[in-house]
Amino acid sequence: MAETISLEVFRYSPERDAEPSFQRYDVPLRKDWVVLDALNYIKDKVDGSLTFRWSCRMGICGSCGMMVNGEPKLTCATFLSNYAREQGPLRVQPLRYFPVIRDLVVEITDFMTKLQSVKPWLIRGKEKPISEGEYLQTPEQLDRYKQFSMCINCVLCYSACPVYGLDPVFIGPAAIALAQRYNMDSRDEGAHERMDILAQHEGIWGCTFVGECTKVCPKHVDPAGAIQQYKLTATIERFKSFLMPRGAK
Amino acid sequence: MTETRQPARYTEYHPRWYRSRVSTWWWLAQWPYLKFILREISSVFVAWFVVVLLLQIRALSRGSEAYAAFERWLQNPLIVLLNMITLFFVVFHAVTWFNVAPRAMAIRFRGKRVPDFWIVGANYAAWAAVSLVLAWFLVRS
Amino acid sequence: MAKQSNEPVLWALFSAGGVFAAFVIPVHLFLIGLAFPLGWIPAPGYEYLHALVRLPLARLYVFALCSLALFHWAHRFRYTLYDGLQIKHLNELIFFCCYGGAILGTVWAGYLLWNFR
Ligand code: SF4
Ligand code: FES
Repeated sequence: MAETISLEVFRYSPERDAEPSFQRYDVPLRKDWVVLDALNYIKDKVDGSLTFRWSCRMGICGSCGMMVNGEPKLTCATFLSNYAREQGPLRVQPLRYFPVIRDLVVEITDFMTKLQSVKPWLIRGKEKPISEGEYLQTPEQLDRYKQFSMCINCVLCYSACPVYGLDPVFIGPAAIALAQRYNMDSRDEGAHERMDILAQHEGIWGCTFVGECTKVCPKHVDPAGAIQQYKLTATIERFKSFLMPRGAK
Repeated sequence: MTETRQPARYTEYHPRWYRSRVSTWWWLAQWPYLKFILREISSVFVAWFVVVLLLQIRALSRGSEAYAAFERWLQNPLIVLLNMITLFFVVFHAVTWFNVAPRAMAIRFRGKRVPDFWIVGANYAAWAAVSLVLAWFLVRS
Repeated sequence: MAKQSNEPVLWALFSAGGVFAAFVIPVHLFLIGLAFPLGWIPAPGYEYLHALVRLPLARLYVFALCSLALFHWAHRFRYTLYDGLQIKHLNELIFFCCYGGAILGTVWAGYLLWNFR
């Protein structure tokens, strides 16, 4: 059991450091260990000052996202052994394109604000009285949005998106996918309220379909697909309002 | 008076954050990004094809001598080389375009989403058919 | 409705051009750019091609192809310049150059095909 793996971990302390640096740690290479286990080992046994976020350890809470060898990953679902044969140490960095608060912890208020702006909840024109019962939905109707509802807000997709990196006003992959999650829901009536935000340049039109968001998403949400599909919807709506300028709304 | 909702205020007071800057060469750093840029650059070669096509139309319109000159121009090794690169890029464009077609359009049949494989396959089949028809029009000896 | 942007229109042109280009340009380019000039396949004669382009339908096809493909180029090239070079302050200039180019090309194509003899 003498086998070890080296980690090169991004360190930044807002009180002490003007610039971030990398610190190297050697941790045991265990077959069933994920990157998060290695970080916890460091925190428990080697250096208690290392700061990072995590909670569920099972790919549900979405808080453990980091850059592992340059790729956005959920560290609780990324096995050390996958990197054992690679040259050089494993690089662990905070999620890209977000400001770093300390070590591996990033500030994601920007995402939270954007998420709220697309109203990710069911909007009804008029609620029906409780006496009329629940809003029923067929499996087919569920299937239309189910994929988008799997999002755990881990923001890996933002770290994969160069458009977001270059122009942080871009509303970004997960927020648009979650808007679509409600737009496609048969119980929802808020599609045109959301369109005001989504159909701006900072909304869907900033996207150039790089497609990396979909590749890094641990939940197979396919935000890139959601954005492209919404482009088509927005275009059709635009032509409709052009043909029928006095249509409803 | 308009009511404005303020975002959470507590983030305003914070210690110094570290922000990194995106390098101008970000698209060289990773192969998927480079592939993306190459895909976008393919549009330049699409435009070049349009130029060639319009020059051909102009030559055809000016008579058989002008057209013979145009054909000789096409045999210039530099133009041939450029066209080889162009062919690579327009095929790259076509392949990347067809492969993401199922992402861009969620086609449903009998309530179920048509599997990606069928959409991509149908695109390639149509591509082959269209190419054959066009070749049938253009290849006359 | 918020401000009506032109993006949907530009995107529709971009997409139409992308589809068109993907389906037809590879075979056209292979024939005209390589197979005919290099003699892999005997080239069609002047008379035949001339008669072909005289067909109104063929001219309509060439016109649509040229115009849409150019709008496709304009859209992609614009974004590549935005993202690749990080020159935000030139965005408007880029916009006008790209779509201006596409419009000019469309006019040129229309002129050539309309006056085709
Ligand atoms: S879309 Fe995927 S990558 Fe993006 S936040 Fe949601 S789960 Fe994470
Ligand atoms: S710790 Fe919850 S997703 Fe990784």
